[in-house]
Amino acid sequence: MTRVPLRPLARIIGARAAGENPDLIERENIRQRHEVMRDKARQMAEGRLLVLGALFICGFVLIGARMSLLAVSEPQEPRTIASSTTITAQRADIVDRNGRVLATNFDTHSLYVHPQDLIDREGTAKQLAAIFPDLDEAELLKDFSGKRKFLWIKRRISPEQQQAVHDIGDPGVLFGPREMRLYPNGPLAAHILGGVQFGREDVATAEILGVAGVEKFFDDYLRDPAHGGAPLELSIDLSVQAAVERVLYGGMRLLNAKGAAAVLMDAHTGEVVSLASVPDFDPNNRPRPLTEGDQADSPLFNRAVQGVYELGSAFKIFTVAQGMELGLLNPETPINTSRPLKWGKFEIGEFQNKNYGPTLTASKVIEKSSNVGTARIALDIGIKRQKEFLGALGFLEPTSIEMVEAPTGKPLLPPNWSELSAMTISYGHGISTSPLHLAAGYASLLNGGTRVNPTLLKQKTRIQGERIVRPEVSAAARTMLRKVVTQGTASFGDVQGYAVGGKTGTADKPRPQGGYYKDRTITTFATVFPTHDPKYVLVVTLDEPIETSGTKPRRTAGWTAVPVAAELIQRVAPLLGLRPEVEPGVLESVTLASSN
Amino acid sequence: MTEMVHGAIPVASSDPIIPRWWRTLDSWSMSAVFMLFAVGILLGLAASPPLAAKNGFEPFHYVQRQGVFGGLALVAMIITSMMSPSVVRRLAVIGFFCAFIALLFLPIFGTDFGKGATRWYSLGFASVQPSEFLKPGFIVFAAWLLASAQEINGPPGRVYSFAVAMVIAFLLAMQPDFGQAALVLFGWGVMYFVAGAPMLLLVCMAGLVILAGSVAYSQSEHFARRIDGFLATDVDPTTQLGYATNAIREGGLFGTGVGEGQVKWSLPDAHTDFIIAVAAEEYGMVLVFFIIALYATVVVRSFMRLMRERDPFIRLAGTGLAAMFGVQAMINMGVAVRLLPAKGMTLPFVSYGGSSLIAGGIAVGMLLAFTRTRPQGEIGDILKGRTR
Repeated sequence: MTRVPLRPLARIIGARAAGENPDLIERENIRQRHEVMRDKARQMAEGRLLVLGALFICGFVLIGARMSLLAVSEPQEPRTIASSTTITAQRADIVDRNGRVLATNFDTHSLYVHPQDLIDREGTAKQLAAIFPDLDEAELLKDFSGKRKFLWIKRRISPEQQQAVHDIGDPGVLFGPREMRLYPNGPLAAHILGGVQFGREDVATAEILGVAGVEKFFDDYLRDPAHGGAPLELSIDLSVQAAVERVLYGGMRLLNAKGAAAVLMDAHTGEVVSLASVPDFDPNNRPRPLTEGDQADSPLFNRAVQGVYELGSAFKIFTVAQGMELGLLNPETPINTSRPLKWGKFEIGEFQNKNYGPTLTASKVIEKSSNVGTARIALDIGIKRQKEFLGALGFLEPTSIEMVEAPTGKPLLPPNWSELSAMTISYGHGISTSPLHLAAGYASLLNGGTRVNPTLLKQKTRIQGERIVRPEVSAAARTMLRKVVTQGTASFGDVQGYAVGGKTGTADKPRPQGGYYKDRTITTFATVFPTHDPKYVLVVTLDEPIETSGTKPRRTAGWTAVPVAAELIQRVAPLLGLRPEVEPGVLESVTLASSN
Repeated sequence: MTEMVHGAIPVASSDPIIPRWWRTLDSWSMSAVFMLFAVGILLGLAASPPLAAKNGFEPFHYVQRQGVFGGLALVAMIITSMMSPSVVRRLAVIGFFCAFIALLFLPIFGTDFGKGATRWYSLGFASVQPSEFLKPGFIVFAAWLLASAQEINGPPGRVYSFAVAMVIAFLLAMQPDFGQAALVLFGWGVMYFVAGAPMLLLVCMAGLVILAGSVAYSQSEHFARRIDGFLATDVDPTTQLGYATNAIREGGLFGTGVGEGQVKWSLPDAHTDFIIAVAAEEYGMVLVFFIIALYATVVVRSFMRLMRERDPFIRLAGTGLAAMFGVQAMINMGVAVRLLPAKGMTLPFVSYGGSSLIAGGIAVGMLLAFTRTRPQGEIGDILKGRTR
């Protein structure tokens, strides 16, 4: 507040005294003050306007300078991908144990359309429909005329199709590079490899995701760029796999079976050299899963890993071996095989109601496949010890094989493991396992007695598993199995020179509604060869085989699974590098000639 | 002597209107505006045919419209510049109240043309954006209030004008049109600054603006998206800004040549918000510098002339109008070179636009009216022996 000096007031008093109007003086005072204020304000405004002008000039210069900097910098190619996450389409190859390619990548193209860029919509639709018979011309034209600015036509096209589409010559039809998973061996090892599908995709690239088998199990590994594209080495041997699939398919057709599975495993390392399930499929064109009915009927179903069956008498060797391991018996111990063996209201009999007399030696129990004999041994072993032994062999949980399907091959166990269960399980009934379980169990028991875990990866070193049985027991079990082939139920399985030993198993198929079919069997032959120096374990399983060469249809393993397995060994053993051993000749027949 | 006076034809006491107008007018500024308009037509010839083709008009439909509206705008500018400051003030204040009412009724009668903000009245043949007319009216009204506050025993004009500014900014922000709201507040701030704002207050104001900005950022998705796009270090070339940046790079110093530009095909706003990108691409930095020089001429010359002005109202109103004009151009170009976040602001007289062009013409006309040379009492100073 500016103080007004007293003098004007003095003037007003003077004016009053003089009779003049003092308002005039006051107005004059205000005018003067106003003028002073105005001059001050103007001076300040002048300075501030100057500042403002300078700021504006700075602003304009800044914009000009910035624009000049932009103008002299290099123009940027517009990039197509603007998303922050890039899609890595590099997927590692999968090779067999000898480095032969099982799965690789192939550069191909996808086909898409920018309808707004199409010059001749009708013509393009017509020609595309001619190139791809599964496309509908009217449908295409409708899509082209709609509001959509982007349209996938085909996810993958062949080079020939690409050329044909290219020849249409319409600028609205475009190709995007695609990496495609290729299985050059077609359906070979289809169940192991599984398959892939496209994940996220854009115009420039697409993600490839495994959907089944090894492709899915090792999906992260295969897609991880950190491995530098090093291929995934499987334990599979491609030529062995081819032979196994061929023979198995032939066996299935000859024996009118619904399906068949085979597992060939290195007895010491657990490496699966071949794993086959027929019918199979082509992973390059993976069929859709069944939408109705039993998934087990789909070609996608892997009988060797996912299928759990009562594998029958092939289990007997485990019971006898455990008896030997526990010191309850030796191969020559007589076992009471008098029948019937009654347990409560159940009665355990022999296959096809045979009668093996009052006693058999333990070795003969295996050779003749006596249910009563093994059941009695199981009673001596007891529930707890039987359960522990089977658990140690891996029969109580899914296999640890590197396939996503492995957990679905969960063994079916009796809900209440009673003594009756123990007796039936001793000869392979009342417990359902996959053929792969059986192969791993045989390998663990017969390789000298150390546990193996089935694996699909090529092993660099042999890891000694935990001991299951003593080596002597393992050797004795092998001798028994050899006798099954030379003298017992699997006489068709004696392949010259490979000292095959094995055990048959024939189990009636369970009805879905309970009880068992009379005329449908699962037949199994589990073998180890050579028995004196175990190298490989082979399990062959046939689903509902019928051998019709005789007067009556035969459904036992000895007539079905055994000949198939023998043929397999015959074909596969040389590929595995096993030399046939000439049987020691009968010395008497040799004439030793001497020159003198 | 008597016959010479009696019955003589009345003669104007001063020289005729047009010569006096021309003599007192800032003809440099007016020429700059004419040239800006010419540049706008030139760029419109390049930038608008793609849009016309898209909307199914003949190629130069938008150029013709720009010519008609531009002609009207220039006529409005000349007529306004011929008025005396008091007439300008009277009409501008009336116009301000009309526009303010129009703004109030916008949510009821307005249309948004599918752009997400209700800013326009559709008149069939053209659309009117009331905020374009409101801006110059507000500047004059606020300048009047601020100037009257400088009178002894005058009304508290500073508070009143600030309240009005806040109300208008609030209404505009509700549309939402943060660009215009900020422009209104900025115009008031510039006038208050020249009217003698205390320095401390200016600092506080700056802090408040920043606060309001951050609140708007966190509250309005529309606003946040644009800021985010600005703050992103790497410009995505498929956005409007990316195209604009590339166009400026393509153009270089001398441009790609008339009609050779590509950006107009990719940018939907090539003829309005991003016209500077078209200019930079086809005619290069040469034309861009020329455009900047034209805007700087108008702004700086107006400020220079207003520095001599003794009437506080004229000084304030002129300052506000010139600052608005300059800042709008600056924001538009600053967005294209990514100095400022994306904001739908047209380049005055260059960008295509109907009613905004006429509003701009009226605003510049007012500015020209205020910057005309008039007696500033220099003789009185000399006679009284006062020196500044």
